[in-house]
Amino acid sequence: MKRKLSSKTARVTRRTFTTGLGAAGFVAGTAPFNIVRAQGAALKVGVLLPRSGYQAGIGQDCQRGVDITAGILKDLGLPSLQIINADTETNVEVARARAEKLIGEGAQLLVGAFDSGQSSAIAQVAEQKGIPYVINIAAAPPITEQGYKFVFRNFPTAGMILRDAFVDQLEVFTATGGAPKTAVFMHVNDTFGTAMKGGIGAVMPKFDMPYKIVETIAYDPAARDLSVEISKAKATGADALLMVSRLNDAILLTRELVKQRWTPMAILSMGPGWYEDQYLKTLGKLSDGPLSFVPWYDPNKKLSKQLEAELAKAHPGVNLNTNHVYTFEALLIAADAYKRAGSTDPKALADAVRTTNIKDNVSIGPGIQFDAKGQNDKILGGAIQNRGGKLITVAPKEAANGKPAWPLQPYDKRS
Amino acid sequence: MPADIYLNVAIGGVLTGLVYGLMALGLSVIFGVVRVVNFAHGEMMTIAMYIAVTLFGAFHLDPLLMLVPIAAVLFAFGYVLQAGLINAFITRPEHTQFLLLVALAIIIVNVQLILFGPDAQNVQTSYSYDSFQIGALIVDATKAYAGAAAIVVAAALFTFFKYTRVGTAIRACADNYTGALVVGLDVRHLYALTFGLGAACVGAAGVMLVLIVDVTPSLGPAYTLLAFVIVITGGLGSMPGALLGGVLIGLTEAMAGLLFTPSAKSMFAFAILVLVLLFRPQGIMGKRAA
Amino acid sequence: MIARLIEGVPRRALILLGVLLLGLIMAPLVASDYLLTVLILILYFAYTGQAWNIMMGFAGQLSLGHALYVGLGAYTAATLYVHFGIGPWIGLLVAVPVAALAGAFVGFLAFRFRVAGVYFAILTIAVAEFARVGFDHLNWTSGSSGLFLPVAQYTHNDLWNLRGHPAMFYYILLAATVLAFIGCRALLKSRIGYFWLAIREDEEAARSAGIDTFHYKMAAVVISAAMTSFAGVIYAFFYNNLFPEQVFHIVRSIEIILGPIVGGIGTLFGPILGAFVLTGLAETLTAALAAAGVDLPGTKQVFYGICLLLVIMALPDGIWPWLCKRIGLAEREK
Repeated sequence: MKRKLSSKTARVTRRTFTTGLGAAGFVAGTAPFNIVRAQGAALKVGVLLPRSGYQAGIGQDCQRGVDITAGILKDLGLPSLQIINADTETNVEVARARAEKLIGEGAQLLVGAFDSGQSSAIAQVAEQKGIPYVINIAAAPPITEQGYKFVFRNFPTAGMILRDAFVDQLEVFTATGGAPKTAVFMHVNDTFGTAMKGGIGAVMPKFDMPYKIVETIAYDPAARDLSVEISKAKATGADALLMVSRLNDAILLTRELVKQRWTPMAILSMGPGWYEDQYLKTLGKLSDGPLSFVPWYDPNKKLSKQLEAELAKAHPGVNLNTNHVYTFEALLIAADAYKRAGSTDPKALADAVRTTNIKDNVSIGPGIQFDAKGQNDKILGGAIQNRGGKLITVAPKEAANGKPAWPLQPYDKRS
Repeated sequence: MPADIYLNVAIGGVLTGLVYGLMALGLSVIFGVVRVVNFAHGEMMTIAMYIAVTLFGAFHLDPLLMLVPIAAVLFAFGYVLQAGLINAFITRPEHTQFLLLVALAIIIVNVQLILFGPDAQNVQTSYSYDSFQIGALIVDATKAYAGAAAIVVAAALFTFFKYTRVGTAIRACADNYTGALVVGLDVRHLYALTFGLGAACVGAAGVMLVLIVDVTPSLGPAYTLLAFVIVITGGLGSMPGALLGGVLIGLTEAMAGLLFTPSAKSMFAFAILVLVLLFRPQGIMGKRAA
Repeated sequence: MIARLIEGVPRRALILLGVLLLGLIMAPLVASDYLLTVLILILYFAYTGQAWNIMMGFAGQLSLGHALYVGLGAYTAATLYVHFGIGPWIGLLVAVPVAALAGAFVGFLAFRFRVAGVYFAILTIAVAEFARVGFDHLNWTSGSSGLFLPVAQYTHNDLWNLRGHPAMFYYILLAATVLAFIGCRALLKSRIGYFWLAIREDEEAARSAGIDTFHYKMAAVVISAAMTSFAGVIYAFFYNNLFPEQVFHIVRSIEIILGPIVGGIGTLFGPILGAFVLTGLAETLTAALAAAGVDLPGTKQVFYGICLLLVIMALPDGIWPWLCKRIGLAEREK
């Protein structure tokens, strides 16, 4: 009844691997592909992601980060991980049940789950059972405010994302010499969008931003037609568009911008969507220009280059993004903690995770370490810009590998 | 806000509403005649959308050109579904029909997830980004084409039902089931035909919608609900009613989004629905009293 | 009174019921934590299914928006706890009337204006959706960013504040399900139960026989809503976070009604059996697919849908009536 999937090499993709397993009549209880290292048996890590349901696209993207981890861990001399995958089905109840099941099957550490609601449910189970849980992506602040001892989050909270967004925006304005005087703030009315909106009121006044927000427009996450929202935004006459959206909305909004013949001075996105592969592929030349202020990887770091190479091998044509990076880092933390703890005892593992200090990581910032609440408060957000189907990191200076372009090239002038 | 914004938004709302209306038309036909609560309506539309996307991706065939073939495929699908599976459930209570169609919807959505993956897919024609500018008015080209196509298809359907023998026979079944049997109509075949027609309608709507909207496996349910809202508002058994209901809902949502906060615009559609249910249950243009 | 309740029930049925109850009471002692979580889910759906069954099976009103009552119960109790520190049992005293009021509102709209059948079902969907979007914009309950309850500890069971080990929740839900079961039986055997039967069979005839159908249909809706809200309170304190998108979503309403429909509408044991069958099916499918090495997301749901299809095609009245006859547990008076 147990299913163990060991990510052996990056060559074997998930699909070919599982069809091979199916053909071989895989029997529960055996783990034929376990690589036994000097440390002892591999650490059993349960990875919970929404691989079906409406968050399926993101969950499956995070999965790519899981798939390319094994080779890199080996190169770094870290112990290998025995990954057990689970699908939360974008459902809180299922997330909880799966977490229980994984722990019952012997998972010694949990990683996941992209969504704040599902991550909260898993956190409660992990805390109850005393199994360390490393959150890859989830921005809702309350998760690390519960006093948990076994829950760790290597991802910024909404407040941190906002703070860095403003810092990086100021840097970009200085570098390009251009700055908007007015902005219209559009956000998707879901967990992340409203958290960001709430945060803006608290965080923005601390920075001397050159623009003021003239109007806030919230839209339904399930909206299929955003023409009204863009009409409203255009009518405000604002210079720039400040955005928190998801992938599908980003594509819809851009199309509407083109159709309604409005090119703002800049699109400043503080969330997912505007840099994702689907956005770049679907819109082609129309995708150039938007600036995204998001948790990102530092392209100048050695491990980043390694990760990029592994991803290119396993999934050519896919750009390295937040989903891959933070999922990979969660597993990196697991392997590193295991190495230092020297045992699979959950308390020892949790203590090891708490004292994590990885300077050679992938995401921007001084490295991976956790404060008393289990939050990595040292993560810095970056600013990236779409250029020719690739993503250039334009801020902060230490992590940049290109200069920002300003202002946005008019949509009707792009052939 | 300048006045032309209102006009632009209103026109956009009306055009989108026409496509919604066409989708609802299919449901009105199915529900009005066969009296089956088709909770897989939106999912049937996504089937058409995925077919359009696949054909476009493989052969670069414009969806509007493929409208008739894809509608025909959906017709066959609907016919077989009705004759083979749903027919036994017509006389059964609503909750049983509901479960049958919900199960079907779950299967369709997840087969699509397996076959096409979770990412949104779309069709990018050469005119995808075009818009017509008339003075201060900017009208989205794809919406205009879709709206026009919706009117044409609706008119064709209307003509079919009013002027052909088969169409009249179907209306007879709807009006009086026993009478139809007595008169010797092959009701089973006519029901299957009607379901097929309803499916073809929603298929056509899907083909037009894929020009405006990206398709994901989970797109279906929201449109099923929308279709029901429109059908009830416009009036069961009334084809112009379905179109009118679609336009009304499209327009209301657009204006509500403009005047209030867009994230709450669906509340207005539901408010209209509740009002209609209470005060004019036969819908705006419905003929039969509820 | 007990005699009246078990009148006509064959001895075998009572014995089997007793054995089942005993098994459920002992379960947490032997079950793994994962199994316990699954059982909690089963009991949750058994309880809410039973509550929904009152409206549908007894009074014949198809509600597709029951998530409304779960959500109202959950949010009321959770908000009182988060903002005022009021414990859930007191919160329940507020949550139940709120949900009952909502039920009365829906019932009044529907019955006063003669909205029936599918139209009634759509009305319930509309009200639930209205609540969903409404709560998304309600800042006092944190809107769409989610209401998080402070999670304290798991070491000891605080029954008053509903903080503690899942086993505590299990027993609460078990007690609720048992009480609901007995309560529904009592209702069915009482006058109101017979009036409901008459209304369900033929409302016109019932009305002409002098039964105030409006009054009794309202009673069914209000009782059903009130019962469901209790499940909402438990839900809030078990999962400790609420998002309007998830709590009021139509998918939640559909999950609630699948159990009773599959198990057998209008029967007492149907919702319970349905909950066991469906949750068991879902978990078994997941495990089976995992064991077979199939890693394609969505596969489980396809099989689940196919199973649902087969069940409803083969046994349109539900599994329990069929099972009942097969193992000879049908009530003698029939």
